[in-house]
Amino acid sequence: MCVKCHCGQPQKHSHGPHHLELGLNLLARNNELAQQNRQRFASSGLTVVNLLSSPGSGKTALLERLAQDWAPHHPLAVVVGDLATDNDAQRLRRAGVEAIQITTGQACHLEAAMVQRALAQLQLQRLELLVIENVGNLVCPAAYDLGESLRLVMLSVTEGEDKPLKYPSMFQSADLVVISKIDLASAVEFDHGLAHRHLRQVAPAAPVLELSAKTGAGMDQLYALLQQGQGR
Amino acid sequence: MHELSLMETIRELALQQAQSHGAARIEAVRLRIGSLAGVEPEALNFAFEVLMANTIAAGARLEVETLPAEWFCAPCAQPFGAEDYLGLCPSCGAISRELRQGRELQLTSLELS
Repeated sequence: MCVKCHCGQPQKHSHGPHHLELGLNLLARNNELAQQNRQRFASSGLTVVNLLSSPGSGKTALLERLAQDWAPHHPLAVVVGDLATDNDAQRLRRAGVEAIQITTGQACHLEAAMVQRALAQLQLQRLELLVIENVGNLVCPAAYDLGESLRLVMLSVTEGEDKPLKYPSMFQSADLVVISKIDLASAVEFDHGLAHRHLRQVAPAAPVLELSAKTGAGMDQLYALLQQGQGR
Repeated sequence: MHELSLMETIRELALQQAQSHGAARIEAVRLRIGSLAGVEPEALNFAFEVLMANTIAAGARLEVETLPAEWFCAPCAQPFGAEDYLGLCPSCGAISRELRQGRELQLTSLELS
């Protein structure tokens, strides 16, 4: 019998078009899984950073520095997302950090479900800090909550002071902004005041740190913030 | 930029709904997209054609309703429109932290037969 109208006719017959109201949020499933991740992180007492920037801003270099200075005293693991290769995970493992690579294939961002699958490979109870190094991209990852406690958006001095104005939705979502590669600031005539003005315009509430993973300048401020384990 | 993966979600939801309502075909898919959701309608159209091929939604119409951004200025206690993500109140120049409309990504309804 036709399950649609219970008319007694065979399964396939025409009903004419009818309207089905849905009103479904497309990100609802991701938000739900992100909330599950967040609860899991909280019950393990874990600080989780979602690290976001353009490709080449120095996300992996920052984490190598973190591995050197921080990981000996505070157990750290990294989940790293890229379209292809596990080069970043290999770099981090060489630096002595437990690193899980997620290769996203075509996806331009990480989703909560991908992070959830990666968590199966980690013993969260042993960790103090988990960093999720997102796909290098200032557009798409902004829309996807992963369950992080701190969203860190980074721009390097070589990218220009107007990045926050060009990608406002990403910077707006930041809990913390890092300006990286400050050892190169004078070489590229980086205008610190202008960059800070633009950041205040787009993300007035987020603290801004300037640092260099290469020289170590400014890293202490970041460690202090991570130590506080700011919650969302 | 993530229109393709959003469309995968849309396909999954639409096919599920169509099946549970015993529909033979999906004639139309309606979306409501906020103007500041970071989604290009043109890219959605392309993803729709590619992903719905060989399903009961092949050849269906995609209707996208775009919702303009609506901010709220707390000092002025009034809403205003601005399509630039910054949310600067045109009356007082304050930065609004309250985007009341403009980030929607919604599968609104289906036309089934």
